[in-house]
Amino acid sequence: MSRIGVLALQGDVREHVNILESLDADALEVKKPDELLEIDALILPGGESTTIAKMAVRFGLIEPIRSVIDEGLPVYGTCAGMILLASTISDSDQPVIGALDVVVRRNAYGRQNESFEAPLDVEGLDSPFPGVFIRAPWVEKVGADVEVLAAIDDHPVMVRQGRTLATSFHPELTDDGRIHEMLLELI
Amino acid sequence: METGTDRVKRGLALNLKGGVIMDVVNADQAKIAEEAGAVAVMALERVPADIRKDGGVARMSDPNMIDEIQAAVTVPVMAKCRIGHFAEAAVLQALGVDYVDESEVLTPADEEHHIDKWAFTTPFVCGARNLGEALRRIGEGAAMIRTKGEAGTGNVVEAVRHMRTITNEMHAVSSMGDEQLMSAARDMGAPHEIVKEVAETGTLPVVNFAAGGIATPADAALMMGLGVDGVFVGSGIFKSSDPDGYARAIVEATTFWNEPEVVGKVSRGLGTAMPGIEMESLKDSERLASRGW
Repeated sequence: MSRIGVLALQGDVREHVNILESLDADALEVKKPDELLEIDALILPGGESTTIAKMAVRFGLIEPIRSVIDEGLPVYGTCAGMILLASTISDSDQPVIGALDVVVRRNAYGRQNESFEAPLDVEGLDSPFPGVFIRAPWVEKVGADVEVLAAIDDHPVMVRQGRTLATSFHPELTDDGRIHEMLLELI
Repeated sequence: METGTDRVKRGLALNLKGGVIMDVVNADQAKIAEEAGAVAVMALERVPADIRKDGGVARMSDPNMIDEIQAAVTVPVMAKCRIGHFAEAAVLQALGVDYVDESEVLTPADEEHHIDKWAFTTPFVCGARNLGEALRRIGEGAAMIRTKGEAGTGNVVEAVRHMRTITNEMHAVSSMGDEQLMSAARDMGAPHEIVKEVAETGTLPVVNFAAGGIATPADAALMMGLGVDGVFVGSGIFKSSDPDGYARAIVEATTFWNEPEVVGKVSRGLGTAMPGIEMESLKDSERLASRGW
């Protein structure tokens, strides 16, 4: 059975754990660098990206995460997780892991009143995916090696680069496990 | 695209889990909170300790102050309205706050009714002392619950009491047969549908944070250990001798609540916590938690 780590500094960790367990994967909450060595894939959950980034810096997790990703560990970031993975954040100098060659804009759709649900066409899925966007980022620019798997208007909201997957929406807040399955297939 | 759905309202609270929401009264405090790692700030005119000290009617904040705080930080900005004051809530929604706290810390505007929170796009958080109160608020549309505790006292005892009460009552409901749930709903004054949901899932249908009296990193760890999803800190940060230090330490203790070495480390040399108040010294009329129906 695959063992998937969920970075557990802050955010909707429990929801990711639940959906992983529904897919018969083993989930491990990760708070320390050495726990990164015990997993087959890593999820960076939804949450407040400034908080998760600061805590990851204070507790020495940025470099270790970057290095396991460099070594080929599959990783999936949702919302705040996407922001952490991005190589550049427009209008912010907060620390990033930088494993994904994209520019993201935080809170791109606005504040909470502009948070929304919309069905999304996702490449590789045969029916629309229920997109839940909460103070969500979007991708403004993608590098040459980045595939866009879903977009709203001109803005990518799901991208993949090698074994790194990111969505600006929250599959963990739905009961649809298809995108988590895509992560499991990258192992 | 559909906005204001249950899922996006409750979803924002799910994203705040494991975090600390801090009371701030100006843009400078908001920046200190964000820098320390707060997941959100609560904009209000006076922290509860000062409301308690100054007396008078406590109301929604000046919209200018909320604008300044929104401009100063990127984390979600919450703000308080008075219980039952749907016009204040509507103003806060129009200002684009991310969550409205229909709060007993302010002077109630309606002594019988809370706001119909289903009517708003902006999600609401409400205080509760027990399961019945929590489920009434959820029945009115609250997308997040917090313990009431006793705000502005720096004394965690009431928050502990409220969290233990909610947990015990959830356990009791979970062990009931279906035929018992209607009388349980009647006895606690809660909607039967939601009582049934709690009985089935063993948990509240929305996120539940601790609030009211959390003043130290160990207080935050205590509440997390009692099963709350995160922590509100009101006067505890900016009434301490070292707001930056306390803010940061409480954030770290909330994440690592079950690792006493970390809680101990962040507690070292913090200086004086906010002055506390013994519950016995409060008159009934000074207890904010009894506001709300």
